[in-house]
Amino acid sequence: MDLIDIVNILAQTVRLATPLILACLAGLYSERAGIVDIGLEGKLLASAFTAATVAALTGSPWLALLAGIGGALLFSGVHGLASINFKGNQTISGVALNFLAAGLTTYLGTSWFKRGGFTPQLSADQRFGPLQLPFAAELRNVPIIGPIYSGLISGYSLITYFAILAVPITAWVLFRTRFGLRLRAVGENPKAIDTAGISVTLLRYQALIITAVLVGIGGAYLSIAAGAGFIPNMAAGRGYIALAALIFAKWKPWPALLVCLMFGFLDAVQLRLQGIKFPYIGEIPVQAIQVLPYILTVILLAGFIGRAVAPKAAGLPYTKER
Amino acid sequence: MEDSLNQNTEQRPDMAAASSLAIELIGINKHFGPVHANRDINLQIKRGTVHGIVGENGAGKSTLMSILYGFYTADSGEIRVNGAPHSITDSRHALALGIGMVHQHFMLVDNMTVLENVVLGAEDSPLLAPTYAKARQVLKRLADDYELEVDAEAVIEDLSVGQQQRVEILKALYRGAEVLILDEPTGVLTPAEADHLFRILRTLRDEGKTIILITHKLREIMAITDEVSVMRQGAMVKTLQTKDTSPGELAELMVGRRVLLRVEKGPANPGKVLLEVENLVVTDDFKVPRVKGVSFNVRAGEIVGIAGVAGNGQSELLESVSGMRDQLLGVVRLNGAPLSLEGDDGAARARAAGLAHVPEDRLREGLVTAFSEWENSILGYQDKYGKGLGLDIDLARKTADEYIKKFDIRPPSKDLKTANFSGGNQQKIVLAREMERNPDVLIVGQPTRGVDIGAIEFIHNQIIKMRDAGKAILLVSVELDEIRSLSDRILVIFDGKIVGEADPATADETELGLLMTGVHSATPTAAGAGTLKNNAGKGDA
Repeated sequence: MDLIDIVNILAQTVRLATPLILACLAGLYSERAGIVDIGLEGKLLASAFTAATVAALTGSPWLALLAGIGGALLFSGVHGLASINFKGNQTISGVALNFLAAGLTTYLGTSWFKRGGFTPQLSADQRFGPLQLPFAAELRNVPIIGPIYSGLISGYSLITYFAILAVPITAWVLFRTRFGLRLRAVGENPKAIDTAGISVTLLRYQALIITAVLVGIGGAYLSIAAGAGFIPNMAAGRGYIALAALIFAKWKPWPALLVCLMFGFLDAVQLRLQGIKFPYIGEIPVQAIQVLPYILTVILLAGFIGRAVAPKAAGLPYTKER
Repeated sequence: MEDSLNQNTEQRPDMAAASSLAIELIGINKHFGPVHANRDINLQIKRGTVHGIVGENGAGKSTLMSILYGFYTADSGEIRVNGAPHSITDSRHALALGIGMVHQHFMLVDNMTVLENVVLGAEDSPLLAPTYAKARQVLKRLADDYELEVDAEAVIEDLSVGQQQRVEILKALYRGAEVLILDEPTGVLTPAEADHLFRILRTLRDEGKTIILITHKLREIMAITDEVSVMRQGAMVKTLQTKDTSPGELAELMVGRRVLLRVEKGPANPGKVLLEVENLVVTDDFKVPRVKGVSFNVRAGEIVGIAGVAGNGQSELLESVSGMRDQLLGVVRLNGAPLSLEGDDGAARARAAGLAHVPEDRLREGLVTAFSEWENSILGYQDKYGKGLGLDIDLARKTADEYIKKFDIRPPSKDLKTANFSGGNQQKIVLAREMERNPDVLIVGQPTRGVDIGAIEFIHNQIIKMRDAGKAILLVSVELDEIRSLSDRILVIFDGKIVGEADPATADETELGLLMTGVHSATPTAAGAGTLKNNAGKGDA
């Protein structure tokens, strides 16, 4: 295994981690505000579908991205109504939205495009393709720096760069701004927010909007950046893995990035190991390799997480006494 | 919803307004469902004074202050701040008028720092750095001026309760509070911390701030207030100059002289000791000690009543002896044998050993109101109705029929949901269930709370019948009359300790009131010397 191989695996890691990072940060805003969002999976799926549909209809990746965000906003809005206004159970609302997203995307996709749930294949200019940073091509042949710069730093889609950038921005918002202070407070002790004269409802909706924007971009990444169209159930559990990563990262942005990269790495290694013959063992069945990241997830979550204290008010509707 | 992000520059009302009254409440009424929590309250609070509000738990003090702070909205009435009428709709509005509140249970975010908690909701700009810089300065000044030292960078959950309370005060002062409401501030404090708090409050008053102190401890009222208002059962009884009143007068106003209910009962015939409680220590949900080393006996054929102002540890005492709450220290003996009450099945073991319990709050602890009458009639004893893997429903329903007849439970329909019975009949369901099991010891909390007059008489007679059948009965009630008319012996509890014992036949009400409010901790006085015994240092009396 030489430098090129390592660079390839690491670059693949970043690509695979992109939707996880976005979904994980999305969940971070929502759960820090005290709203459990098990519906990240459904939102990824919904936004992947709306993005692919609009890309296929208009040909504009930017409109498609907006549509992705719109799809997630719709689902976030329903979740907000159920869990903030009607004080329903947030887990049930989230699970219901996941089912709704899975069913609705397949149904609408099948009836609109008649391709068994797939949306039409998108061409390169209808997607967020890889970006070449300046001098990437020129430096390619410089030893060591060349492959790292052109392979590991350059060459991702715009959305990936945004996802990475979203991590320091989130950390800054959370700990350096008034909004972040209130967001953290409302997820821990909404009564403290209420007695300080701030609307708990408004604050929680603001958090849900940010959640929808981030997860919507993550969903769009699946269908119009990493993929070239919508495939039924293409979120493939990434919403849940993002939630697991969020717990693993103890609801903090930088650890969230690391954990998502780790999950991405496991996935990249898994792809790489397929079809390789091992000494004595021979070729491992592809299913056995594909299951690897998930097994590791279970082990990591069960054994290495330590004490993860969720925001205290997460999952609890706030009732103002009158 | 108001815009929560862009409202930080509030106009401070002109403090030099003509009125010498900081706060004036006129005709305040507040209902919670059927409960009339505040009845036509009028109250005037002068600027630059410490104004005490006393009353038993449930007298409506906290409700009134929550209305002033905008946490509740009054059904009717007017609030004047510095002479000008305002309708305070939320806490932000109250804060803008210079009214700050230190809640009984602190409104702090436990995993954030002191600094973060202080500026929360009072940030100057979207970015926090300038606010933090300013807040550090202000905190330092407040610390110097008022002995309010707290490390600004400390995380709340690492602080002592007294320090957390100081953070609450700092929060209010940082927001420019001119009127500071403190709700039972010393309930969670050690005596040293309480002294420190009082020093802070005096300094604040001397600086011209107005302090409203809600408490049920008369000693604090006498020690620190300038004026005191007494509330009872949702109504304002009287406002007095502290220097012109005495704890005795306040205690009487607080507890009130009520018509003594006549209960027909013969003399007690006490037999051997059935229930023995020795040096019991119990903490509440916040790990604050509520029962602080209590010892007493209850003999067969006698009713021992525990008198006290609500909130002095009697609830925790009942919960502990009946096995609902773990004790920290101490022994409970039943019939001479130690009773193991620890763990989730403590209450079940107590029941099996012959200790029945009628809890204080029947809706929360005595009944499952969504269940039918017959189901509640066997609750806690359901194991006796086993039939194979299931329940012997016929037998259970027959039991329910018996109870309904014997205790005159109305309507006599065992399939009716328990929630649909009246308070008195719900209480009869609980009493029937606990009494008809023929226990050796019966523990009864608030037997007639929210019960109509007719049912009260019936319940009292049932309790006396139990006594005459040779059972030991421990009674806790906030109704002093009930304690006096039912008990054969009265133990007075204050601040988690038994501070005296009295004979109900001769006890003087004022003297009982003084004991209950901790003014005389068990020192016999001239007035009460004949009837009240010092209980300190004695395990049993």
